[in-house]
Amino acid sequence: METQSQVVDRLRSAFHSGITIPEQFRRTQLTKLMSMIKDNEEQILNALHKDLAKPKFEAILSEVDIVINDLHYAIANFRSWMQPEYVSKNLATKLDDCFIRREPLGVVLIIGAWNYPLQLLILPMVGAIAAGNCVVIKPSEVSAATDSLIAELIPKYLSQDCYAVVRGGAEETKALLQNRFDHIFYTGSQTVARSILQAASVHLTPVTLELGGKCPCFIYGRVNIAAAAHRLVWAKFFNAGQSCVAPDYVLCSPATKDVLVPALREALEDFYGKEPETCPDLSRIVSPRHWMRLMELLKRSSGKIVVGGESNQEDKYIAPTVVVDVFEDDALMKEEIFGPILPIITVDSLEKGIDFINRQEKPLALYVFSDESSVINTVLERTSSGGFCSNDGIVHMTLPGLPFGGVGASGWGSYHGRWSFEAFSHRRACMMRGWALERINSLRYPPYRDDKLSWLRWTTSAKSSCSLM
Amino acid sequence: MERQVVQRAREAYLSGRTRPLEFRLQQLHALQRMITEKETEISTALKQDINRSQYDTPLLELVGIENEIKLAIEKLAEWAAPRSVERNLLTISDEVYVQPEPLGVVLIIGAWNYPWAVTLQPLVGAIAAGNAAVVKPSELSEYSSLLLRALLPRYLDKDLYPVVTGGVSETQELLRLRFDHVFYTGSSTVGKLVMEAAARHLTPVTLELGGKSPCYIDKNCDIRIACRRITWGKFVNCGQTCIAPDYILCEPCIQGQVVECIRQTLLEFYGADPKCSPDYGRIINQRHFSRVMSLMEGYTPVVGGQSDASQCYIAPTVLKDVPPHSRLMQEEIFGPLLPIVTVSDMDDAIRFINEREKPLAMYIFCSDKKATKRMIEETTSGGVTVNDVMMHYTLSSLPFGGVGQSGMGCYHGKHTFDQLSHHRACLVRSLGMESVNLARYPPQDRRRARRVRMALKSPLIDMSKRTFIWAVTATVIGFGLFITLLVILLIAAGLNCTCWYWRGFYNYF
Repeated sequence: METQSQVVDRLRSAFHSGITIPEQFRRTQLTKLMSMIKDNEEQILNALHKDLAKPKFEAILSEVDIVINDLHYAIANFRSWMQPEYVSKNLATKLDDCFIRREPLGVVLIIGAWNYPLQLLILPMVGAIAAGNCVVIKPSEVSAATDSLIAELIPKYLSQDCYAVVRGGAEETKALLQNRFDHIFYTGSQTVARSILQAASVHLTPVTLELGGKCPCFIYGRVNIAAAAHRLVWAKFFNAGQSCVAPDYVLCSPATKDVLVPALREALEDFYGKEPETCPDLSRIVSPRHWMRLMELLKRSSGKIVVGGESNQEDKYIAPTVVVDVFEDDALMKEEIFGPILPIITVDSLEKGIDFINRQEKPLALYVFSDESSVINTVLERTSSGGFCSNDGIVHMTLPGLPFGGVGASGWGSYHGRWSFEAFSHRRACMMRGWALERINSLRYPPYRDDKLSWLRWTTSAKSSCSLM
Repeated sequence: MERQVVQRAREAYLSGRTRPLEFRLQQLHALQRMITEKETEISTALKQDINRSQYDTPLLELVGIENEIKLAIEKLAEWAAPRSVERNLLTISDEVYVQPEPLGVVLIIGAWNYPWAVTLQPLVGAIAAGNAAVVKPSELSEYSSLLLRALLPRYLDKDLYPVVTGGVSETQELLRLRFDHVFYTGSSTVGKLVMEAAARHLTPVTLELGGKSPCYIDKNCDIRIACRRITWGKFVNCGQTCIAPDYILCEPCIQGQVVECIRQTLLEFYGADPKCSPDYGRIINQRHFSRVMSLMEGYTPVVGGQSDASQCYIAPTVLKDVPPHSRLMQEEIFGPLLPIVTVSDMDDAIRFINEREKPLAMYIFCSDKKATKRMIEETTSGGVTVNDVMMHYTLSSLPFGGVGQSGMGCYHGKHTFDQLSHHRACLVRSLGMESVNLARYPPQDRRRARRVRMALKSPLIDMSKRTFIWAVTATVIGFGLFITLLVILLIAAGLNCTCWYWRGFYNYF
């Protein structure tokens, strides 16, 4: 049984041997990763169902398809991403080869999360492999079935010299972080992120942190309330609210709240029927501990439950719940909810709503529902967030062209599509000069003279890349 | 005191006045004026700090800053504009783009070797990106630090861009406060402490650190020119440059020639006694003077070696046959000592470099393009200049930064703007077309599922080789058919036409 350090050392030797550098190797590994997902779709869906009671549809959309899409995208494009990027030059460097090379970092660590156990592990891994790194992945032990499935499948499909799965809980992760990595990619909570960053600083390891926060959902102005309610309900209760980009709470005017609540009730009935507990399309909470946490929040809240509120401890079930009369200091507003509870906070004006949002930490996503583009633009310009989506939820992260990541307390760095490749690459500036033009070079050598200086300023100035050349 | 300064900067930022591009441009113009109007004062301060010659200052610091400002002014609108990205079927009628946004309040910690360049170049990017910035210059370059504190508030917005001076304790105090980004230039040791302090607030950092930048001289290159370029890069600013060639790697057979060429070049540059040359600098202070001198202990230099503690003067010094395990080869020299370590060939040099930490810069002097390419591919470093030294720093389109122990993040030109911005992913949808959306809602069935999967599929256009070949073939065939049709029509109807034409022609004559 290999120790963690032995695993890391082994991968480091593999990296130094240069085996992950050629394009063909990376292509083979990515193709095998795709086969792994496609061949074992049934088992993956079962594992996800075991962990989270994830409905097959949700699992396919949010775990299988999104990964396969990204793999297709990466396989089709990583060759062009690998090419040197030639840059614009100034007069002094006109005859030189100036380009940026994308180079792998070395041995990288990817720590997954339990809410989308496959996606949050494999999506970054795609970028890491495409960029030519060796990868250690550490799935979340909370989603136990997926954890063991990944540990079983990865060595069967991918090169065992270059990619390894390390399993374990908090203690094992802490020990793992003592090793030196060339990049650490972490998805999870802010508290753990702090200790990861501390561990990374010891080795000056760069990190990508995909954290969370309370994603506000602002409903304001003229709005098609039925459509908005449907989209909001879809985004909120997908995976039983356990998404880092789920709309956490709603901000709207008191009048809107009055029409919103029945619209939400209707949408919920459309989706999950009159008895959500029996509906196969609704997930469950991942563990008894998280179920307790959510029930505690509901209990300590001073708001009023207007929809749902039912629960079943044995089944880890909480009904889609809407709470009104919630204020800024409520228990539900103290931490990221990460569950099927939707508080509605009323504000009197757009200004007050924006101020409310800006008083909180920068969230991972921000949502605005409105038919008035002025409302949308105002919120967009006056707030900050990792990502932004108007009149919908979550779908902005399905586009591989958009960088997915947080800002401030919601994270550092981004990924998806080409951004994953860049996250795991070093951009090395290269300038290849010739031996000629030594006379021009001599302008910069001592002994110094005023006229030499004027010439030099001219040849190196930004504007001297003139059209004459 | 620091707390109040940072608080004021944050309030000024939250007031929103850095958002309009006009404001940022105005600040950049003001900074430009400061550099132009105060060049003499800046040169004097640098002379007092580090005995920098009056030519080196514009060359090494001011020209770079001016170029950055000019570029930012010219390109700001373009950099700050939303950047479009490709869509999938679901979002085909939506606006999808990345919007660069300011981060908030940035902390810039400068270094003493190029005190103006390493504080003001990041500041240019911070201003351009719409941030507020607290500037903390290094206390070791005391005159520059005090001058900056006096000048900046006279030209730039006092609240948004304050200068905080002081030593270690003031820096530690600053780092206890919360910033939206910390930009640090300095040593790896302190870099770790900065990152650790920033970790408490989950603050992202850019670390421009150092390391031992190797310089490989191939035996089959123009050694004379190589040595001249290396000598310039090594001894400018008295070797106190993060990207100075730290040590030379070459084969034993050319070592003697290298030494001689460097000796000759030193004569050309600084004369027989560099101490008297106005163009040769000094070590920043006693502590660093002693540090550099102690690195030489036990070794006899083949060039130079003289020193004068009262002036913090160390002559340009070259040492040969330096063993890899010596103290000289353990830490970044950051001084005018140039050790030569012999290697058996290029592969040996590659091995030597790869056994050590990733450096900030790498230099390769070689006339064989293929061999050079191989060396670049088999090593890594922050940046690389071939057949010269340090020049990759001067091109702002190239990202300047380290990797591994030599740093994280990069800057210069647009890269500074991007580094100090948040790239916010934006999807602007409408509430219309709800019927398309219906497919993704529960309750679910196979048909709906298939529709949604189609809508979310990416890439939208299949860029695979097979499709490309089909597309090209189909276009060629289609075009061919079209031409054939045209020709047939022309022949059928046009023959008469041409007859008429010729008849008319002959009739004319």
